[in-house]
Formats: sequence, C-alpha cells, structure tokens
Amino acid sequence: MVRSLLLLLFCLACIVVSRSALSSNDFKGREARSDGLAAWQQVYSVLTSPRCINCHTATNYPQQGDNRHHHFANVIRGPEGNGVPGLNCVSCHQSANAESTGVPGGRNWHLAPLSMRWQDENDQPLSSAVVCHSLTDRTKNGGLNAAGLLKHNEEEPLVLWAWNPGRKQDGTMRTLPALTHAEFVAATRQWIDAGMPCPR
Amino acid sequence: MATYHLTVNGQRKEVKVDPSTPLLWVLREELKMTGTKYGCGISVCGACTVHLDGVATRSCVVPISLLGNRRIVTIEGIGSDPVGRVVQEAWVEKDVVQCGYCQSGQIMSACALLKANPKPTDANIEESMGGNLCRCAAYVRIRQAIEDASKRLA
Repeated sequence: MVRSLLLLLFCLACIVVSRSALSSNDFKGREARSDGLAAWQQVYSVLTSPRCINCHTATNYPQQGDNRHHHFANVIRGPEGNGVPGLNCVSCHQSANAESTGVPGGRNWHLAPLSMRWQDENDQPLSSAVVCHSLTDRTKNGGLNAAGLLKHNEEEPLVLWAWNPGRKQDGTMRTLPALTHAEFVAATRQWIDAGMPCPR
Repeated sequence: MATYHLTVNGQRKEVKVDPSTPLLWVLREELKMTGTKYGCGISVCGACTVHLDGVATRSCVVPISLLGNRRIVTIEGIGSDPVGRVVQEAWVEKDVVQCGYCQSGQIMSACALLKANPKPTDANIEESMGGNLCRCAAYVRIRQAIEDASKRLA
C-alpha cells in the first residue's frame, strides 16, 4: 500500500516537472517569436522608407522624393525594370550620385521586380505581413535564403545607397531611413535568427 | 581642374575641366560641338541626349568625373552609323523639323530605340520617345519618321 502510494506520488511529480518544462519552452518560443517580430518591424520601417520603396512599386513607373511622386519625364519600368531603349534608368542615373547635378546614382540602377513590389497599385505601402511573406518567399525574392537576404541587406550597392543618397537638385540632402545601416543589418540578423517570423 | 581623355565620335579628345562639369558643357564649351543642345539642364526634356557606349544618355546631368571610358557619340557623329544615317534620311524625307532645337536629342533617342528594336510598335515609340519634349509639337512627324526609318532598316 505504501509502495503504491509512493509510486503514485512519483508519477505525479514527473508530470508536474515535465509540464513545467514544456511551459518554459513554450514561453521561450513565444518570446523569440515576439523579439523576431519586433526586429521585423524595424526592418519593415526601412523597407517602406522613400529611399527604398520608391523603386519597389507595383506600377509601370518609379517614384521620386519623400512624397513618392510619379517619376518625371515619363520614365517607365520597361520589360526588365531598367526602362526602355532611349529612356533607360542609366540614361540619367550613373554609377554614383552626381552631386553637381543632383541626380542620385549607384551601380546598376533599376527598379525591383514586380514580385518584390512593396506597394499596391494605388501607391500605398503593402502591410507588414504581406511584405514579410514576399521577402521570405524564394519564388519572389530572387531565390535568396536567409543568408542571402542578410548579405543583400549588408552589401547590395543599391541597398547601401539608401544611407548615402546624396543631394537633391536644390542642394539639400535627401532624407535617410529611420535606422542606421548597422541597425538595419542588426535587425535583419535578429529577425533571421528568430526564424524569420511574419506578422499574421 | 582635372584632365580627362575622351573618345567622341571615334576621335580622342583631351579636356581640362572641373570634375563636376556636366558632359553637355564639356561638349559645347570645351570641344565646341554645339549640335547637342541645352534645354532644361535637369534631364527632363531630352534635348541634350547623346550615346554613351550606345546608351542614350542625358548629357546635362552626367558629370565628366562619372563618364569613365565610355565612348561618346553625338549628333555630329551619328550619321556615320548605319542606323543613324537611315534615321537622318527619314527625318529629312518627312520634313520633321520645325524650329529644330530639340531634334538632335530626338534623333539620338530614336536611334537608340531602333538599334534595340528595329520594328517598334506605336506603344514602343511612345514609351521610348516620351521623355523627349518638342515645344513645336512635331510629335506626329517624329513618329512617322521613326516608322519610315524602321521600314528602311527592315
């Protein structure tokens, strides 16, 4: 009788301990996802800054300026995102910012593909969840895995341009994204380390 | 001031200018090649269009320091090119020009279009030429000349 009672108590203790451990893991998982989502929101704040989103349109034209207006001179996307013969992106945008003429530049200046649009067709930014799912979908993001995404955000010249956008034609500086590039990369890394969670 | 060695219409040129000087002013002021026109100075009108390694480029916004080794072709040299010659013939045939100020830029853009797409549709012409303004509104004749050149090139 005593032995049975002791066995029962032992089993109950095991159940309590294991449930406690499961709760702890659940909590850690939820915390990691929460941290990852917070990091993603920081990433999203950069992606939707005018320096980035102006060339991630859903339309057949790029945008300009902090008010994201239609690019002047009837510039259009073209079949490969680099304009059309006679009016390519590189007809004006050179390999670096042209400070004396106010034209921004960087190597291989072009529009992001439509699969990586971060706006709707009314030029409104897509939701954080939609952009996140696009970014993590390798059929849309150019086949980039997590390491590729991090490298892209760390090293791609047109990404880096957002933090060195040069002067406008009136001589004033273009505005920068809300985070520094180092903060942007750190947030990207934190989001990736958390398993690239996306908002629901 | 800095020294730059340029290839303009197949000829080597040397200029000493401030690195921030736009190519347009190097052509017009230093090399006295005034066929390329100043219109707006901010790449809106297309009057200053030249070719850099075959790409139609707005010379008013390209500082000489960013030119690199790219070969420059201007309206003075485009007639030496088979497509350029045909386009110029079509321009004369259709009597496109009214005041003429924008026409060097129009021809340079038309040549870039026809080199990339010898049989452009109306939509292709509209897209490629949409950044070249003509205050005389010679757009109908410009389109006809491009269509004529396309037939000649076929």
